[in-house]
Amino acid sequence: MADNALQERIEAIRAEIREKAEGLDSSRLVYEMKKTFMDPKQGKISALMKDMKNIPAEQRADYGKAVNELKTWALDHFEKIDRKMKELELKRRYESEKLDITMPAKKETPGNLHPVTQMREQLIDIFSGMGFEIYEGSEIENDYYNFTALNTPQDHPARDMQDTFYLSPEFLLRTQTSSGQIHVMENKKPPIKILSPGKVFRSDDDATHSPMFSQMEGLVVDKKITLCDLKGALDLFVQKIYGEETTTRLRPSYFPFTEPSVEVDCSCFSCGGKGCGLCKGTGWIEVLGAGVVNRKVLANCGIDPDEYSGFAFGIGIERTAMLKYGINNIKLLFESDLDVLKQISDYQ
Amino acid sequence: MLVPLSWLKDYVDIEISPKELEEKLFSCGFEVEECWETGKDISRVVVGLVEQCDPIPDTHLHVCQVNAGSFGTMQVCCGADNVAVGGKYPLALDGATVIETAKDHVTVVGVATIRKGKLRGYDSNGMLCSGVELGLNEDLYPGAGYNGLLVLPADANPGDDVKPIVGLDDWIFDISVTANRPDCQSILGIAREVAAVLGQPLKMPALDYTETDVKNEGLSVTVEDPDLCPRYIGHYVYDVKIGESPAWMKRRLALVGNNAISNIVDITNYIMREIGQPMHAFDGNFLEGNRIVVRRAKDGEKIVTLDEKEFALTSDNLVICDGVKPVALAGIMGGLNSEIRKTTTSVTFEAAKFQRDNIRKSSRALGQASDSSAAFAKGVYEYTTVLAMKRALHLIEELDCGKVSATHVDVNTGNSLESREMKASIEKVNGVLGITVPNEDIVRILTNLNFEPSISGDELTIHVPAYREDMEDYPDIAEEVIRMYGYDHVQATFLQDAAVTMGGRNLKQKTELKIKRALCAEGAYECMHYSFFSPSDLNLLRIPEDGPERKAIRILNPINEDLSLMRTTLASEMIYAIARNQKKGNLEGRLFELGSRFLPKELPISDYPDETATLCIGVFGEKEDFFTLKGLTENVAETLQIKFSYEVTQKPYLHPYRAAKITCEGEDVGYLGQISYEIEEDTDMRIPAYVCEIDLGALEKWYGRTPSFTPLSKFPVEKRDLALIMDKTVTSGQVEEAILSSCKYITDVKLFDVYEGAPIPPGKKSMAYTIIFTPGDEELTQDAVNGYVDKILRKLQYTLAIEIRS
Repeated sequence: MADNALQERIEAIRAEIREKAEGLDSSRLVYEMKKTFMDPKQGKISALMKDMKNIPAEQRADYGKAVNELKTWALDHFEKIDRKMKELELKRRYESEKLDITMPAKKETPGNLHPVTQMREQLIDIFSGMGFEIYEGSEIENDYYNFTALNTPQDHPARDMQDTFYLSPEFLLRTQTSSGQIHVMENKKPPIKILSPGKVFRSDDDATHSPMFSQMEGLVVDKKITLCDLKGALDLFVQKIYGEETTTRLRPSYFPFTEPSVEVDCSCFSCGGKGCGLCKGTGWIEVLGAGVVNRKVLANCGIDPDEYSGFAFGIGIERTAMLKYGINNIKLLFESDLDVLKQISDYQ
Repeated sequence: MLVPLSWLKDYVDIEISPKELEEKLFSCGFEVEECWETGKDISRVVVGLVEQCDPIPDTHLHVCQVNAGSFGTMQVCCGADNVAVGGKYPLALDGATVIETAKDHVTVVGVATIRKGKLRGYDSNGMLCSGVELGLNEDLYPGAGYNGLLVLPADANPGDDVKPIVGLDDWIFDISVTANRPDCQSILGIAREVAAVLGQPLKMPALDYTETDVKNEGLSVTVEDPDLCPRYIGHYVYDVKIGESPAWMKRRLALVGNNAISNIVDITNYIMREIGQPMHAFDGNFLEGNRIVVRRAKDGEKIVTLDEKEFALTSDNLVICDGVKPVALAGIMGGLNSEIRKTTTSVTFEAAKFQRDNIRKSSRALGQASDSSAAFAKGVYEYTTVLAMKRALHLIEELDCGKVSATHVDVNTGNSLESREMKASIEKVNGVLGITVPNEDIVRILTNLNFEPSISGDELTIHVPAYREDMEDYPDIAEEVIRMYGYDHVQATFLQDAAVTMGGRNLKQKTELKIKRALCAEGAYECMHYSFFSPSDLNLLRIPEDGPERKAIRILNPINEDLSLMRTTLASEMIYAIARNQKKGNLEGRLFELGSRFLPKELPISDYPDETATLCIGVFGEKEDFFTLKGLTENVAETLQIKFSYEVTQKPYLHPYRAAKITCEGEDVGYLGQISYEIEEDTDMRIPAYVCEIDLGALEKWYGRTPSFTPLSKFPVEKRDLALIMDKTVTSGQVEEAILSSCKYITDVKLFDVYEGAPIPPGKKSMAYTIIFTPGDEELTQDAVNGYVDKILRKLQYTLAIEIRS
């Protein structure tokens, strides 16, 4: 075979490859076309190689070289096209997989702790950090622990302030978690720092009162505990719950088991104290009752009131949660309505 | 308690505004719940002088030219029958607000704004007003009760604001008084506090009177139960002329919500408000035997009170009797038989202290309450009995409605009404507060509170007036000082002298929170239900008469029957919660509650009952079934690192074939199952629901298990799948148990398929399991595993007649 003829065949194959490759639009077609040229048995370039045996011996080296060059060029060319096709295909695949990312999420939704539990656990975390242990008393309580030991004897007017559910002349549903104070102080000597959360009961059932609600009693008994320490602990509590800017205000009140007794207001976290609907224009929100532990209560528990003093406070957990989350009706907390329970997720 | 500012000013000079006074009261411990101007609804009403008044033909109306001083003279149409030239009446100007009445001109319907307009073609530029239209009545202002124009005093100046003239510029404070300060349940009591906080002197009401020589010979007072009546003062008044009280007294009583009745009765009501001492006046003609006896009632004794209600009494009730019969329910209400009438000519006044608790209990037990019983229940001090009697006798003279006799009877138990000395350490007083209040401030404050303080070194000496029975110890002094000194002086400190303590949750609290969180992670929502429930809950659950759940503690004074039993199960309220959710369209959900059940040792209780921490889970929805709930109970077991076993059981409220008892190490710890279709129907559920209860009290002993690590085997685990054919009666639990117990290398047995039907013979089923063999120190060879499989198959065949599916 003449050189020219070979050259022509090689050029013809090159041209054919170039031309056919132009029209390809997938790597599969590239593969198939490559097969038609490169397949060891049927490929056109392979055919050239097979023709080698028909070439005169002295021309075989040149022939072989020319065909190999073609083969190398073809391989490279197919490689390039293939790469291009793969890029193109990836691009197409990506485009075809375009999402409407605004469509709804797929997810397993975890449930929530009850809003009261969420608040309760937040409070426990805050006061645990201050060294308070958690003591849970019983819901059914003896008259002595609920009233008498808390300086509220039979004829005391404070017994009128709370309408009590009685189970027997002696046993009742506790009206306050303060009863936990006595159990703790009877069994433990100072230093005492106790947080006593739990359900309490009062015979009150209307739009704003539930006959059952939750309180959290705090008690500190140690040497030289003062009203200033009470304010310090409560300042921290309102800051952690309602925001760092929140401040407290003490004002005189009365509880039989503390003297002096105070109501504690916090600056309105909704308006910052300027006055709004939440604080009824006053800039302050009533959050809890507190005081310096009455010396008689300490003495009732066998703690020397001349050596030790203490403070106590009682937080309404529902109230604290309702204020924080803007829940407007206490009854909602006891109805187990999923539409309510799903909304509050503040402590996980 | 209602306190009119004008009345308060009788006893203390007040120069500050009502708003400032409210703040002062608030700061020293008296919350003003509400505070309003008596004429808050009235504005732009001035004195109008009618200068011309012509009838409008064919109507009852007049067209008037009214001189309103600086507001000019204007034409106003008027329908009142007493309009006349020269008369001065309240004139509501254009834009004024007045009380709107119904057609009867009497019934109040709201507040109206007056606008210029035309009446029968005549311009009317305002409105001449009646007393009612200004919010007044006859007691508040004489003449205001007339159904026509309110006639103003002749010296009123046209154009002047009418409110100060008729007392509509007064302020009413509604003050809440804490239970430790019954001495402040009166206007004088509040005045004492205001005087102290303003540093003003207190002006006591006039107490002087002149006793005549006349005596009611033989009037005797006997107190048979001095423990219930430590003081009883009686004073006889004769030549009584029953009539109306003067306008000033009627007005004051009206401002605090009392109707004027007659001078004698009004005096007792006035003193009740002014001094806080309930008083009573007996008609002297109706005290048989001229005797007063204070004693416990005889069982079954009867009395008809002033409001014509009859009560049958017991020995718990204290009564005031004459020589023959009860004439008053002590401290609560007088008897009809000795009531003051128009014909009364002599009275015996009573000012007494009755025991607080007795009056409170009698009032409750009889269902009869009054201002008097409320005051006694809050606490009346002996101090005011003496004060009140003097004041009553003074008012008898001031109102000129009787003569004060020389018959004064005072039965007492010798309690002193003098101030008592109390000593305290200044350091301790400051120690309570945590700040150092300067001595001069302490002295100033305690002086203003009439404690006559003196300081010598660290020793503070005060003299506590008899009306301050609440003062017992130095913290009381600290409170008096700080409430007047100002709580804003209390600076936050952070337990600077306290010992460091270890805080936090204990194991039980941590574990319970861990369980709750594990359930939340499974999509369950925590709920909280009341600790009490209804007897009907037990009926819903079909609990038999002798079922343990029926042994529930009863509340003696429940709000209603539905909240009358301490719950013995959490299931019923969970069922209702599920039903409520379904009713409002929440058709799937997982709920749980962790709370107490109350299991009495005996009834009625004489000891603390068991309050058993109980977990109740309820699930409902298309995706839920018995096994999804079982998944949650397994989750609880895994959380606690314990293992639950399940046995078929029956519960009256569960599906008879879909209920299981849960046990742990052989001990009953709960149950789970599908709620019966009967209950589904009773509660209108649309979708099946499943409920479980787990007794956490029983599980508590396993709380806090420490996980232990099993070293990972160097050798691969082996898995074998076995398809087994067995009678339908064989349970998966039995199969698993048999497989697990047959070889120590088996670490897990998992059911992955259940099949019934051809080609499986009738009465049989196929169950397929994956068995995991975990090697120990040595590799498990194929031969060894095959050997174990053979052993399993032999055991299954032998114990449960199970064959391998070929």
